[in-house]
Amino acid sequence: MNTKARNTTAQNTPDTALARGGAGRRLFGLIRKETLQILRDPSSIAIAFLMPVVLLLIFGYGVSLNAKHIPIALVADAPDSQTAALFGAFDQSTYFSPKTAPNLPTAERWMLNRTVDAIVHLPSDFSAKLSNTANQAPVQIIVNGVDANQARLTQAYIQAAWQGWLSARATAAGHSADQPVQVASRIWFNPELRSRDYLVPGLIAVIMTLIGALLTALVMAREWERGTLEALMVTPVHLNELLLGKLIPYFVLGMGGMALSVSMAIWLFNVPFLGSPWILILTSAIFLLTALGMGLFISIVAKNQFVASLIAIITTFLPAFMLSGFIFDIGSMPGWLQNLTYIVSARYFIVILHTLFLAGDVNGVIWPNTLAMLAIAAFFLGASRRKIRKSLE
Amino acid sequence: MTPQSADDQTLAIIADGIHKSFGKPPRRTEAVVDVSLRVVPGQVTGLIGPDGAGKTTLMRLIAGLLTPDSGTLTVLGLDAVADPLTVQASIGYMPQHFGLYEDLTVQENLNLYADLQGLPPDQRAARFAQLLHMTGLAPFTARLAGRLSGGMKQKLGLACTLVRPPRLLLLDEPTVGVDPVSRRELWAIVYQLVADEGMSVLLSTAYLDEAERCKEVILLHEGRVLGKGTPAEFTAHLTGRVYGASRPATIRRHLQAELQKQSVVRDAIIDGDLVRVLLDENAQPPELPGVTWQPLQPRFEDAFVLQLRERESQQHRKNQEHQESKESAVAALPTTPKNAPVKNREDIIIVSDLTRRFGTFIAVDAISFSVQRGEIFGLLGANGAGKSTTFRMLCGLLLPSAGKLSVAGVDLRTAAAKARARIGYMSQKFALYEVLSVRQNLIFFAKAYGLNRQRRAARIDWALAEFGLTNYSDTSCGLLPLGFKQRLAMACALMHEPDILFLDEPTSGVDPIERRAFWQRINQLADQGVTIMITTHFMDEAEYCDRLVIMSQGDILAAGSPKDVRAQAKSPEQPNPNMEDAFIALISTPNAPKAPRPSQ
Amino acid sequence: MMWQRIFALAIKEFQALLRDPKARFVVIGPPIIQLVVFSFAATFDLNHIPLAIYNQDGGQAAQSLVARFTGSQHFEIAARLTHEDEIKNVIDQREALMVLHIGPRFEQDLDSGKPTTVQLIIDGRNSNTAAIALGYASSIVADFNAQWQQTHHLAAPPSVIVSRAWFNPNLISRWFIVPGVVGILMLVVVMVVTALSVAREREQGTFDQLLVTPLRPVEILIGKATPGFVIGMIEGGVTIFLAVHLFGVPFEGHIGTLFVGLGLFLMSAIGVGLMISALATTLQQAVLGVFLFLVHAIILSGFATPIANMPPIVQDLTLINPMRYLMIILRGVFLEGSSFDSLIDEFWPLAIIGLVTLAFAGWLFRHRMN
Repeated sequence: MNTKARNTTAQNTPDTALARGGAGRRLFGLIRKETLQILRDPSSIAIAFLMPVVLLLIFGYGVSLNAKHIPIALVADAPDSQTAALFGAFDQSTYFSPKTAPNLPTAERWMLNRTVDAIVHLPSDFSAKLSNTANQAPVQIIVNGVDANQARLTQAYIQAAWQGWLSARATAAGHSADQPVQVASRIWFNPELRSRDYLVPGLIAVIMTLIGALLTALVMAREWERGTLEALMVTPVHLNELLLGKLIPYFVLGMGGMALSVSMAIWLFNVPFLGSPWILILTSAIFLLTALGMGLFISIVAKNQFVASLIAIITTFLPAFMLSGFIFDIGSMPGWLQNLTYIVSARYFIVILHTLFLAGDVNGVIWPNTLAMLAIAAFFLGASRRKIRKSLE
Repeated sequence: MTPQSADDQTLAIIADGIHKSFGKPPRRTEAVVDVSLRVVPGQVTGLIGPDGAGKTTLMRLIAGLLTPDSGTLTVLGLDAVADPLTVQASIGYMPQHFGLYEDLTVQENLNLYADLQGLPPDQRAARFAQLLHMTGLAPFTARLAGRLSGGMKQKLGLACTLVRPPRLLLLDEPTVGVDPVSRRELWAIVYQLVADEGMSVLLSTAYLDEAERCKEVILLHEGRVLGKGTPAEFTAHLTGRVYGASRPATIRRHLQAELQKQSVVRDAIIDGDLVRVLLDENAQPPELPGVTWQPLQPRFEDAFVLQLRERESQQHRKNQEHQESKESAVAALPTTPKNAPVKNREDIIIVSDLTRRFGTFIAVDAISFSVQRGEIFGLLGANGAGKSTTFRMLCGLLLPSAGKLSVAGVDLRTAAAKARARIGYMSQKFALYEVLSVRQNLIFFAKAYGLNRQRRAARIDWALAEFGLTNYSDTSCGLLPLGFKQRLAMACALMHEPDILFLDEPTSGVDPIERRAFWQRINQLADQGVTIMITTHFMDEAEYCDRLVIMSQGDILAAGSPKDVRAQAKSPEQPNPNMEDAFIALISTPNAPKAPRPSQ
Repeated sequence: MMWQRIFALAIKEFQALLRDPKARFVVIGPPIIQLVVFSFAATFDLNHIPLAIYNQDGGQAAQSLVARFTGSQHFEIAARLTHEDEIKNVIDQREALMVLHIGPRFEQDLDSGKPTTVQLIIDGRNSNTAAIALGYASSIVADFNAQWQQTHHLAAPPSVIVSRAWFNPNLISRWFIVPGVVGILMLVVVMVVTALSVAREREQGTFDQLLVTPLRPVEILIGKATPGFVIGMIEGGVTIFLAVHLFGVPFEGHIGTLFVGLGLFLMSAIGVGLMISALATTLQQAVLGVFLFLVHAIILSGFATPIANMPPIVQDLTLINPMRYLMIILRGVFLEGSSFDSLIDEFWPLAIIGLVTLAFAGWLFRHRMN
């Protein structure tokens, strides 16, 4: 474009050549300035270090998909030793906190009041049918289906308790209750399915997206607003130096936040870490560049701290939370939405983090995703470079 | 006119037919229109014009921060349009709000600019010492820039710009919001630069008295160059047309109003003990009973006002309707004098031992004064003197730390809504709802003050007509020119016909014509018995006040009528000081605390 | 008089919001986009889980078991393995989430009436999808067993489970998520509208102007609260309409009950918003305050993960989160058809939160003028 042409002419003149010689010094000056500002303004440090701690604590402890002590109601229309034996299976399980209801309407009322999430109901002919081989004794389960995911888990847990009761009964009678085909499942990487082991690494990606973007989204816009950029522009400073001068200090700050988050994951939440720390550092650095680049781009476009922070929140946090595969599986989304997730850099980093933490250095997973992040980082940094001009128009 | 002999190669700036506009066609605004000018090197050239004249745009064009729509621009022999980077390498530019990093110290700011401008390390110590000495900032190198006073900030900004001595220095309104003492110091630095380093300086300002300090002046109005020459050339044709009138028996503002009605009088303003009058060409001072006339030296402001008035009457022929609104803006207030001029002057505002502390910092230190009904009372002082803090306490916006105050017999902070309906308040920077239209703003304030439907309609019609806002009634007020914003802010404050009007720096940034209209309205209001409390940092405006106090560092330095205050500053060196001289003299008297205080 | 002033302020607030293109966009654009995007994105139901089959038995029974997997919408064959070593690779590289391994003696064992075992190897990096996928697979195998027992006249187990889900018989998780998204969007919009309004006026200097008018703090409070309330109600109404008509979420309860809940919720959200607004001295601080509140309010609302799974101390913390109650109300009215009476326990905490925050905000207006 026009600017480009102008820049080339500028480079031929001796004055600019002289200005080029001082590039290192100018960059150093900008970095020192930015660092001093960061050190004097507690809010950047708070964003970089306090926010991850608070968010990780809240998420890490607060968010869990592993149900325990699900309140259920147990109803036997004709209580006897048989029904008591089955209910005993529920009493022993840590998944349930069962409560015996005198009759079905009472249990249903509990369910409507949300005091229980499921009802296990044994009709009056349960014991009779159980003793009679011709019939199968029905066990009625009613779950509250509002939270479909939890309802499914509850069903599965009840079924498991029931299965346990069944085989105990069979063993006591001296024969096998085995099904023709049995499922032997082996869950790799997280055999106990601890949801924290997968939530915490994902969270790091979500939090760092947010922090990276917030940190930089505000800094450039702040310079616009306070008029400091106008004064900088008439100095011989080069635009690359201006961008690097912003990027480097916040990159260091972001890496600090990252290190803190990873340490918390490993030592506080006891998430196993099987991969190589070097790969973690490398991929984190690239990921941070995507987040910082995005923030930088937002603040160059917005030129106003208020708009910049709103855009940063709207375009980083919610997509990183919802569209990154952090909680909701990307493969199950409609096709158009899956395509949209390709521009969310957290999606790649979450996969890398899960792999590095729980599976180790799987090259086939790490490098393609790293390349994708590199592309996004290059896009945002390139776009920022194109968009920023030494001009007030 | 400029010395035509000067070779184009040696000129600092050559502009030919520069145009610059902003925005898209329906809302396109022409900021700079067909500007051609030459700036001679090695001297101070002033770019003078009211707010919105296009001074900043022109400065930015010269600095290569904006690209002109058309025209050619040569700066120091380089094409500023094609090669802005090279131009920027050899000029120094200090924007209007110089972006100091407020959380960096004075020294750190200087270091940054030394790095950016490539000042070799071995030259730094000497240059820093020189700049710090020149700006008087040497004792404050470790202080955060944000904690400096307004004047010191400007001086630091200048020092940063000068780290590597530029050949051309562009200063965009360096003296705005700076107290008179600092203003004089800034000017001294600029003169020194020209003398010692042979620098070319282009300086823009809205203070017309500063024009006279420039070697050459370019007058800019509505994006066009109206005139160019030495200050003397501007005022030469006014010799014999400027007089000072006085009549001991009349208050000056009544005499001023009377004089304004005279057909031969082009302009009349209060100036010291006199009313300064600009007459028609070849006219004699009119015969008025008891008025004595004395000829005065014409000033740049006289020439400027005349230029603008003449321009307006030219436009008047083109645009009858617009002129009508302007005319009515200066017409007498049609409202019936609600409060007939009162003879028994009771104290309506009483302040005693009023103190306000922010942490350990004492912003206002046990001040006492009182204001009488129907008086125009001025609160003067530099930035950070505590006048805004005092003002906010009076309006009930801030809790005093100690002391007593009463406004119309009550403390507004605890007063019932009814008491607040008796005051009008116009805040600094004309706080209005920018996205709302003019009419919507008026309606909102009318309703907020509880005006009923008929009265509301009547007052809105009055406001639109009185303030010449009819043509703008559906414009979002964020898009209004500054002068009109000021009018609207005042209209909003007057919707409910208050007894007491609080005006916080109501004229800053407004052009001299608007300022005249504004003071005329204020005078009329005072005559109707409205009490007016006003803060300003225009020292010449202090003359309009019946009484005033000068504040410095939270203290009252002087109080009384303008004449009393001026008399307090009389000295052998200055037998007849004007208000600015008086102000400077009072502030620098030995018993006044000397150390510059940080701004709040 | 008082109502005239409040009304004037409310009108002004609307004008300020709707005349400013940027503000208009923030209020209207993102909520609609987000409702659509997130409602499609946020589901726990898995489709097309990549499945690798390692079938060492080529027999008919094994084929029919595999067919049950391929016939299910939940699974999609990603690879067919021929060697045991490949299992590690497909899982590690995330080519398949699950490997179904059928041993060479599968059919032989079945025919001889011996229990046989199929192996499921699952990628547990995402423990939630792993658990869900395992659940799907187990029920497919259970169906296979039932049919096998029936066709081969084997003895059925003495007991059988008859399962029913109330309110959401097919356990569609979108029915659960979409009402939650409605709540989140209302919260976001209301917070942006209210929390930023006072801070913006402070920054522009108009707040002082407002304080010197006869408007009392309580009147300013009501005037400032009104636009958030009205916009929140309208936006809530629109998103509820979209939830029912675009996403097919059933609406079992009474619309009146829901709007009582929304009204109380808006009151408490506005209270929090105005409180942030009054505490913040700059717009910047207000934005950060809103953001911090939003994150915690959403995470601790039970929107995506059940409150019951949280540690007790965090569960107690959620009691002051208005979102918690809104989630129950929304889901209750949408899916359970909850009556007004049954939601009383959600209504009164909202009312209390609203009153406390509004009163505190009002107090702050008066006492934080510096």
